[in-house]
Amino acid sequence: MSAKFEKNALGRLVPTEVNGKSQVPYQGVGKYKPTGRKYAPPIASCADYPADGNKIVPSLKDALIKSGLRDGSVISSHHHFRNGDLIAVQIFDIAHELGFKDLVWVPSASFECQSSLTKYLEDGTIHHIEGSMNGSLGRFTSEGKMKGMGILRSHGGRYQAIQDGDVVIDIAVIAAPTADPFGNATGDRGPAACGLLGFALADSQYANKVIVATDNIVPFPCVPWQIHGNYVDYVVVVDQVGIPEKIVSGTTEITKSPDRLLLAEMTAQFCDETGIIHDGFSFQAGAGGTALSIGVYFAEILRERGMKARFARGGSNKYLVKMLEEGLVDYILDGQTFDLEGVRSMRENEGHLNTSPFTSYNYHGKGNFATQVDVVILGATEVDLNFNANVVTHSDGVLLHGIGGWQNCLFSKCTILPIPLFRDRIPVIRDEVTTICGPGELIDVIVTERGIAINPLRTDLIEKMKNSNLPIKTIQQLKDEGEAICGIPEKPTFTNKPVAVIKWVDGTIIDTVWEVE
Amino acid sequence: MDTTISIGNKGKGVRSDCSVTLTITESGGINLQIDSKVKSLFGKQIEQLARQVLTFYKIENATLLIEDSGALPFVMAARIEAAIRKLITTEKEFLLPMLDVNLYQTTRERNRFSRLYLPGNTPSLMINAGIHHPDGIILDLEDAVAPDKKYEASFVVRNALRNLDFYGTERMVRINQVPRGLEDLDYIVPHNVNLILIPKCESANQLHQVNERIEFIKTKHGVKGNIWLMPIIESALGVIKSYEIATAATNVVAMAIGLEDYTADLGTKRTNEGNESFFARSQVVNACRAAGIQPIDSVFSDVGDMEGLKNNVLRSKSLGFDGMGCIHPRQIRVIHDNFAPETDEIEKAKKIVIAFFEATERGLGVVSLGTKMIDPPVVKRAQRTIDVAIKTGKLNQNWREVEHVS
Repeated sequence: MSAKFEKNALGRLVPTEVNGKSQVPYQGVGKYKPTGRKYAPPIASCADYPADGNKIVPSLKDALIKSGLRDGSVISSHHHFRNGDLIAVQIFDIAHELGFKDLVWVPSASFECQSSLTKYLEDGTIHHIEGSMNGSLGRFTSEGKMKGMGILRSHGGRYQAIQDGDVVIDIAVIAAPTADPFGNATGDRGPAACGLLGFALADSQYANKVIVATDNIVPFPCVPWQIHGNYVDYVVVVDQVGIPEKIVSGTTEITKSPDRLLLAEMTAQFCDETGIIHDGFSFQAGAGGTALSIGVYFAEILRERGMKARFARGGSNKYLVKMLEEGLVDYILDGQTFDLEGVRSMRENEGHLNTSPFTSYNYHGKGNFATQVDVVILGATEVDLNFNANVVTHSDGVLLHGIGGWQNCLFSKCTILPIPLFRDRIPVIRDEVTTICGPGELIDVIVTERGIAINPLRTDLIEKMKNSNLPIKTIQQLKDEGEAICGIPEKPTFTNKPVAVIKWVDGTIIDTVWEVE
Repeated sequence: MDTTISIGNKGKGVRSDCSVTLTITESGGINLQIDSKVKSLFGKQIEQLARQVLTFYKIENATLLIEDSGALPFVMAARIEAAIRKLITTEKEFLLPMLDVNLYQTTRERNRFSRLYLPGNTPSLMINAGIHHPDGIILDLEDAVAPDKKYEASFVVRNALRNLDFYGTERMVRINQVPRGLEDLDYIVPHNVNLILIPKCESANQLHQVNERIEFIKTKHGVKGNIWLMPIIESALGVIKSYEIATAATNVVAMAIGLEDYTADLGTKRTNEGNESFFARSQVVNACRAAGIQPIDSVFSDVGDMEGLKNNVLRSKSLGFDGMGCIHPRQIRVIHDNFAPETDEIEKAKKIVIAFFEATERGLGVVSLGTKMIDPPVVKRAQRTIDVAIKTGKLNQNWREVEHVS
């Protein structure tokens, strides 16, 4: 690989060209503003579609062939079925059977249930992945085995890239829990109900061809039409689109670990003491056990004070639904539904609204929801002394996670990362993170079980916590404390071959993932 | 004599620990095999430590396999040392430098609301124990360690006392029942243990044996400072002898009751209501008060039942106990909250402490509140109430400044 590299605004070496396309290095928060017009799919005509509205074709294979599947096709899928997805692998089984090569897969996220795709990455059916490379796919990528370079984007960044034409999707396959023959589709009902289909919105709007696959076909009209049939070319009826019990992911219970509960408690106390929790505030907490517990503590505080939150953003779950139904929050702005209570609530509660990466996260729009959130609770694998954080690689350099909505959420009014100071023997605070996914200027607070570090830029928060009983320390102190316990880890060694790039929310490259030795 | 030995833990669910398998050979040098989940980050340091311990014991030919799940250095050193000392006869101890922060002493009258049991052979539970701020942690060599693991546990406990920061909690060890427990003392007395729990105590003589051995080790190692004792009453005979035990030695600062064994000894079952142990608990409280030491209640075993725990604490407090054991960090808060002083007690203490400071600032020798004179022990008790209130989160640590402003 004879790629050229450039140092970006964070001093990270990034390639100027990825998979044959030239790239813009990261320039700083809010610095890169491309001009011009958005990408648009080709104009279609009703003359080419059945007047009776019945777009059903016999099989996914037929639909893919009719959609013009060929060598090098860019194919997208969504991850609302999480680890219960049955469609993505089928697409590539078919492509492989038909002998097509060098396809590009653009999932909104990948899961372990798709790890069998490594065989198609090995035999050349798939050229590279643009989306997320989790678990075994990540390891495969890190070992330098993928033909092309992986591209990781946030949920908002994916919408941005599709909207701006950075990624042109040839064929979008949208697996839907319920659909009608016209292609209207919804995620909130059906045997594989997953709540909403927001991650497939951009795909439906911008892909050249759109296929809806469902195992629950209903007569027109399918309501609500989360996906508009007017974008859809073909509808396929399959036996099963997803495995319901795997759609509900295992990370949606509050944690029982005393150490994590302590983190959650400290975080909630921090939010309380700084006045972040107030009548009418808003928050987003992810799906992990610690984040869920923080939501539960928020609820307790609101209940005690007779206050309520205006809205909660993010993946919905039974704890958020309980808050909504108890009147502790006016609205859930849901981006993905993590359990069946969330799915039920979406059907039943007016205050439970479905959102998309367009409304919540897209950076190339006229604002988005994420910036309006008072506090967001996120995770990280590593944080450095400048508060830059990593969510995709581990300290050993191996790519294991996607970005999700993480980067987009950093724009909230206060970003808090509750993380253990070390995991087993691996310290979390480093001189320099393995991969920068988010710039430190957007990360306000690190909460560890041994102390809380506030970003020096947030003098307001530092002032508010002056008399707190909570252990407020500098990030350097936290780093020293972690290393005193674990020892100072060696740095992982990499080759000079880039295996993936991390896109910032504006489409620039913030960092590179290198092949591990 | 064995030539191969395995020490430590490995397998699914094991974290922050390692298993070492050592074979001492006739020739061939050191054959070191490291299988570690943190190898890319700590491989060199693991190898360095392993070679350092082997060299310390002058072992030149051996095969050593380390299967590591992220063990901290003090754990790994304990595992390797235990393996070596099982195979060769030596009195030498491989000690990592003692952390300076671990050199603190505790006072006779300090709070002992909560003491968290930590199984002596399970390092993963020890590492974060201090962050939950129990009043004390108990590194347990007795019931929480399987009989065939007791040997290796003593090395882990010793190293934890030296190299793990428990953030100011009282560092306690529960030794095995006397006389077996006397051997445990060699591993803990030289390493700044603050308090030793003596299980299944039935006579003053057992405490005398413990103290005799402690004095012997202290002299041998030049150890200074107090080592407190907390006998545990766990049998009908122990209950009958409780006053004798409570007054057996001047370093006995507290006495606990262990209800699982006690109810078994009575031939009855332990209930949440605790009617079956009412007599025993009252007897222990009475013996302690008569002896001027702290009475400490048994653990509450249902870690999921916080409401039951709370009721248990309130009952305990009303019987006269000063604290109780806990087996899960989540129990600590409930125990502290309910043993802690109540709001009116805190308010009264604040007034006394403020009066004391004002008197001191004005250079007055006598503290008074309104027209009432306040004796020094009352000030001291009030200050302790304030400390406890801060510690249990019922009062801001800067309460004087904060309240003056508002």
